[in-house]
Amino acid sequence: MTDFAYIGTRPIRHDGVDKVTGRAAYGADFSLPGMLHGAILRSPHAHARIVSIDTSAAEAMPGVKAVITGKDIPPNSAKLVLGGEAALDLHDMGDNLLAHDKALYNGHAIAAVAATTVDDAREAAELIRVEYEVLTPVTGIDQAIAPGAPRLHQAFANNIAHRMELKRGDAESAFKDADVVVEREFRTPMVHQGYIEPHACVARIGQDGRAIVWCSTQGPFVVRDACAAILGMDAALIKVIASEIGGGFGGKIVVYLEPLAILLSKKTNRPVKMVMSRDEVFRATGPTSGTKIRARFGAKRDGTLVAASVSLWYEAGAYRGSPAGAGAMCCLTPYRIPNFFIEAHDVVVNKPKVAAYRAPGSPMAMFATESVVDDIARQLDIDPIELRLKNAVSEGDQAPYGPKYGPIGLKQVLDAAKNHPHYQAPLAANQGRGVACGFWFNAGMNSSATITLNPDGSAAVFTGNPDIGGTRVAQALMVAEELGIPVERVRPHVADTDSAGHTDVTGGSRVCYATGNAVIQAARDVRDQLRARAAKIWKTDVDRVGWEAGRAVSLDGADGSAGRDSKTLTVSDLAAQMPHTGGPIVGRAAVSMPMAGPGFAAHICDLEVDPETGRSTVVRYTAIQDVGKAVHPSYVEGQMQGGASQGIGWALNEEYVFNADGVMENAGFLDYRMPVASDLPMIDTVIVEVANPLHPYGVRGVGEVPIVPPLATVANAMRGATGVRFTELPLSPPRVLQGLTEWRQSTFQAAGPTTQAALTRS
Amino acid sequence: MSVSLRMYLSNHAIGSFFDRLRTSGTEVMSKIHIETTINGEPTEFLCEPHESLLTALRNAVGLTGTKEGCTTGDCGACSVILNGRLVPACLVLAPEAQGATLTTIEGIADGERLHPLQQKFLEHAALQCGICTPGFIVAAKALLDANPNPSEEETRYWLAGNLCRCTGYDKIIRAVMDVAAAGSTK
Repeated sequence: MTDFAYIGTRPIRHDGVDKVTGRAAYGADFSLPGMLHGAILRSPHAHARIVSIDTSAAEAMPGVKAVITGKDIPPNSAKLVLGGEAALDLHDMGDNLLAHDKALYNGHAIAAVAATTVDDAREAAELIRVEYEVLTPVTGIDQAIAPGAPRLHQAFANNIAHRMELKRGDAESAFKDADVVVEREFRTPMVHQGYIEPHACVARIGQDGRAIVWCSTQGPFVVRDACAAILGMDAALIKVIASEIGGGFGGKIVVYLEPLAILLSKKTNRPVKMVMSRDEVFRATGPTSGTKIRARFGAKRDGTLVAASVSLWYEAGAYRGSPAGAGAMCCLTPYRIPNFFIEAHDVVVNKPKVAAYRAPGSPMAMFATESVVDDIARQLDIDPIELRLKNAVSEGDQAPYGPKYGPIGLKQVLDAAKNHPHYQAPLAANQGRGVACGFWFNAGMNSSATITLNPDGSAAVFTGNPDIGGTRVAQALMVAEELGIPVERVRPHVADTDSAGHTDVTGGSRVCYATGNAVIQAARDVRDQLRARAAKIWKTDVDRVGWEAGRAVSLDGADGSAGRDSKTLTVSDLAAQMPHTGGPIVGRAAVSMPMAGPGFAAHICDLEVDPETGRSTVVRYTAIQDVGKAVHPSYVEGQMQGGASQGIGWALNEEYVFNADGVMENAGFLDYRMPVASDLPMIDTVIVEVANPLHPYGVRGVGEVPIVPPLATVANAMRGATGVRFTELPLSPPRVLQGLTEWRQSTFQAAGPTTQAALTRS
Repeated sequence: MSVSLRMYLSNHAIGSFFDRLRTSGTEVMSKIHIETTINGEPTEFLCEPHESLLTALRNAVGLTGTKEGCTTGDCGACSVILNGRLVPACLVLAPEAQGATLTTIEGIADGERLHPLQQKFLEHAALQCGICTPGFIVAAKALLDANPNPSEEETRYWLAGNLCRCTGYDKIIRAVMDVAAAGSTK
């Protein structure tokens, strides 16, 4: 299918007016009569045994209606599997909700209070007396894996919860045949998704045990199933209504508040609202891993990559489950490398438990590998895009993680980068240009869709995916395309867990691909029913009714013979006759989709560095990506621009800063420095479309890939601008200045006495 | 934080109203009755003396279009126009609204007609999740009220007090510049 009437157009999103006028209701915007407010007491220590908790003073305070602690969370060892991106351990999730024996990070929830006002709840939380036995915190990977390090969990020696390997050929021998070998060790800090809307929910449970939860989440079905499993309830007793969601990027899949709000509601027989502060979001939700990565590449003189070895250590935070494995699977995806060895370690440390963050695990891994590939190109004096093209994978090549690639667009993306005017543009003084590739699998998983046809020929489509960035309008476009009705006549709806068929999270770049396919199949179900109605009206067999451009077409000749007459019936004609031809028409589809087509991107960055201060500025940026098919190009560009800017923030400024006690020192937007409008240029985008055969329109998924390339792209531009290879992020002014100073000093010391004397004189 | 917000905060003693209440011997434990004008509508509400304008707007008045992202004045999601000045409602005490004129996101459209900024945000797809959008539109309106023809750099610096994590700002800046270019900023 290549000619589209609606797909690829840019209509105004259906939820747009509500969102530009302030009417759209987000997590914290919902309230109920008689509602109480919850607050959480959190551990001031990064690692401490909880000796005792005395809640009596809090409970005695006027206005306080209930206090809960870890004792109220039943132990649970079951495992909830969420498919590709995260397997959530319910025991750990329950212990993370309210600590049982040990506080495992600064900010770990210890107790929760419900009171008549927010102020009362917060004040009461402060009255809870907790006796701690403070333990030595494990604040980083090197400390965690050192012999004799304190253990977070008895089960994990050296705090390594998991180790995995991937290999092909014989990397060690192949390195001996290489003409050039580059090996470096990289570090990236813990960083946060930085969604602007803090976590928020309202829960109400009745005397019949039936609960309703209103919350901001990427996955209402995950919230329902997690609450049910953690609290030992039937899923049938819980209904989750997703609010509009103010950003998630993977961080709004895990439950932090909802089970507590249900428990507090149960104890008080009143609705309970819980809203996190920004400080709590930083300290106690799920950022992504800080990492240590050692990467080594070997190449022939002509640029052919012959061997690679990559060792990854990822901080999981307080409980196992970092995306180290995904990092291992992603890091060598762009290249045909006959011999490689990859090992990945999942390391527990006294920091918040990490959660998914946009292409979880891939950005850090590819920061390391794409920096080393850049150095290989420099050492061989080969253009970095040419070197990548020479080694680039294409259809039929085996991915490092196992399967053979189907149609993929890496070479097309690299060609587009090479031919982009940006790549040819001259650079000014103190500027450098970097390029790097990025990869993400793009998830599939399970989705459902229902479409109802209205008597006037308009339609409504229901799915279970909260709309985080334009998925409603994308789904409406698909219905419009299939039924041939204007996109404005399709009403897309995010349904609650009682009203939609099971649908996995809004995440994994899967909504347009997997849920989109469910929507298309549901629309085709409607179309088939419309054809049957036309057959009934025309008193012919349904096989004799075709469908063209939004109307049923009779395939019978005017005289009843084969051939075709000019009889047609539009959707509106058929919808108007529904009551007389068989009743309402509802289309439905449920799909279980394999992992989508792999997505590749290449980014180009021009960075200007002030050699006196170390401050750098992105002066030009271009993001190029194979998206398969852009359903609504504006929102595809938006994903590419947004991912690029998050990655630029990661590269240049963002980091969790912990003191020696493991306490986060920058839990606010002033000191956790995300990019603002004056930090960035316009971000140019090039959409490459190599159709994904797994989707009817070729959709591949778009949202995650664009955060992967920027880390190395920016670092490679920094290398170009300064001559210094930086291996630790962020490239903040102090770090860059220090690096430049050390480089100047070492260069000076390495110079001969004559040069030194000349430099000293000047 | 935009330059205008910084100036406002540095010139303004946040606690001054509270201090006046104390020195005048008013019992500060009871709620304060505030009369103000919000989006052209005379409005009354009760608030605690220490309550922020943001929580009063959202809870007492019921205008939830103004969003809370941080309560420290760093994200701009709660941008409102107070007596003609762009401020983060989280850093203004609710009692300071006494006798003031306030514009929130709910007052930007002219009845059934969207403000040109709202229209251009939609046309440019200048929002993804939309949580920062009310703050951006209010801040951009304050910009265009003060400077109907801003350069891209002026626009970027004015809006530097508003965080957006989804868009990379590209389409937001284009939408605002487009409104300025069309010259219909009211």
